[in-house]
Amino acid sequence: MTNRTEALPGNNKKLSKRIVARWQLYLLLVLPILYLIVFSYVPMGGLVLAFKKYNAAKGIWGSQWVGLDNFRKFFSSYKSITVIKNTLTISLYSLVISFPIPIIFALLLNAMICDKYRKVIQTVTYIPYFISTVVMVGLVFQVLDSRNGLYGSLYHLMTGMPAANILADGRLFKHIYVWSGVWQTTGYSAIIYIAALTGVDQSLHEAAKIDGANRLQRMMYVDIPAILPTASIMLVLAVGNTMNLGYEKVLLMQNDLNLNYSEVISTYVYKVGLASGITNFSLSTAIGVFNSLVNFVLLTLANWVCKRLNGSGIF
Amino acid sequence: MKKFRDLSLDDKVFHIAVFTILTIFFIIVLYPCIFVISASFSSGRAVQAGKVVLWPVDFSLEGYKTVFHTKNVWIGFRNSLFYTIVGTLINIVMTITAAYCLSRKDLPGRNGIMLLFTFTMFFNGGLIPSYILVQKLGILNTPFALLLPGAIGVYNLIVARTFLVNTIPSELLEASMIDGCSDIKYFIYVILPLSKSILAVLVLFYGVAHWNAYFNAMIYLHDKNLFPLTLFLREILMSTQIDPGTVQDPEMQARLQDMVAVIKYALIMVSVVPVLVIYPFVQKYFVKGVMIGSVKG
Repeated sequence: MTNRTEALPGNNKKLSKRIVARWQLYLLLVLPILYLIVFSYVPMGGLVLAFKKYNAAKGIWGSQWVGLDNFRKFFSSYKSITVIKNTLTISLYSLVISFPIPIIFALLLNAMICDKYRKVIQTVTYIPYFISTVVMVGLVFQVLDSRNGLYGSLYHLMTGMPAANILADGRLFKHIYVWSGVWQTTGYSAIIYIAALTGVDQSLHEAAKIDGANRLQRMMYVDIPAILPTASIMLVLAVGNTMNLGYEKVLLMQNDLNLNYSEVISTYVYKVGLASGITNFSLSTAIGVFNSLVNFVLLTLANWVCKRLNGSGIF
Repeated sequence: MKKFRDLSLDDKVFHIAVFTILTIFFIIVLYPCIFVISASFSSGRAVQAGKVVLWPVDFSLEGYKTVFHTKNVWIGFRNSLFYTIVGTLINIVMTITAAYCLSRKDLPGRNGIMLLFTFTMFFNGGLIPSYILVQKLGILNTPFALLLPGAIGVYNLIVARTFLVNTIPSELLEASMIDGCSDIKYFIYVILPLSKSILAVLVLFYGVAHWNAYFNAMIYLHDKNLFPLTLFLREILMSTQIDPGTVQDPEMQARLQDMVAVIKYALIMVSVVPVLVIYPFVQKYFVKGVMIGSVKG
């Protein structure tokens, strides 16, 4: 919004004049704002569905108000505990593994003395990021196939015995999910840290060298403090995404054998809402609202902790 | 490496450790890629028997031949190309226009409008309300269902706006205004020619996202003739058998069961290659774009 002083009555004429002078800009903004209202804010209004019993004939607003019934229904179903537990397990595991690895990778890459080799590694490790989720999951399935995949072939080559089918074991689901994510995104996630590291003042390194610090010590006491602010913001964002687990990938990796370990809130929302035999729009929306709320609380909490610790957060 | 000999023992050990760890990681990333390429060029029987470990065994193109004889692959390819080109075009026009307006410091209310956009990054209607909206707009099962929702990615908007604010000097605006240039003319003749690098970044981000998207297509489309490649890929990659009816060559139909795996590898290659072909040209912009984004992430 404009400054307070400009909104005062005495300045009104000036403001309106300034608005008229910029009419062409507002004209250009008509489509983007229309888009924003229709595709972002109208669906937000649709969230009221969580408190109603959806009736397709009457529409969202005409449907009957049922209060918290949909939420009660979700929490009393046996599924709720499973999906909440799976969501938390997989995302915390994912956070613990895939948050520090890009940082370590960036630090090592920054310390690499052979420039050409560093560039090659960097370029190659970006590539998996461009593989689509569908192909990525197909790739994981193929490579880990116990008969004709890379895993099966290598296992057979080394032990002479047929490999066990690790894709059918539900308990291994979270490992496959998280580590394939590490494989795909480490190079990409490291870019931000590499950018922060190239911004480190070289005189700090020179000074540390004169003081007799070796490269490892310089990494610990020069490089790491330099990327700490970036890292803490990335951590807040990652925590704020805890509940928005990559449902596209989870959905594709699900099968009947691992469903007990792989059903998470976001995929459950999809199944209840659109994919099961008897779809329930209201229940699905309610679960979605619950998910967003938990997420928002986590984000605010992480942001608060981060502000307390180092004085900067994302908002 | 020229100075390696002059280093102290500590540093030598450190650099050898760094070199080793990075090389291991490098191999872990690269090996599956090479494996897929090799497997896609091997014969169906060799792949099925698990003989491929690093290099192609019984070099053959039958995987690719079968893929290119599959009708759905062509339909999907055509549709994906259409969605990517038209969708990216819509994205670019909307995003750069909005970014330009919101980068103008003399626009009353620009912070309020920006806030409206940013808010949607943290809060949105979610699956069902969006679905009902698409249904109510009457664009369910039409290409518009994939082109219109998500026309502006807020993250990309912030990246573009940050770029414009930081790189276009404000003197340029003053000079143009004195010369009697209107806001729209200034946008078209001054801003756009100076934004080539950010446009490249946006094309890459949006283009790859369109090419790789499958979820919206899965929920909004029923007509197979509209399916993007990813949906057909999902059908084939996630199943253990391939429906003989989809392959047009009768000779290939007979050998199909032997070839399930090699077809999958070839398919993976076919769908990844278009992105990889463009990648080297836009790589430097890509890194730049991520860095601009991180300034105000």
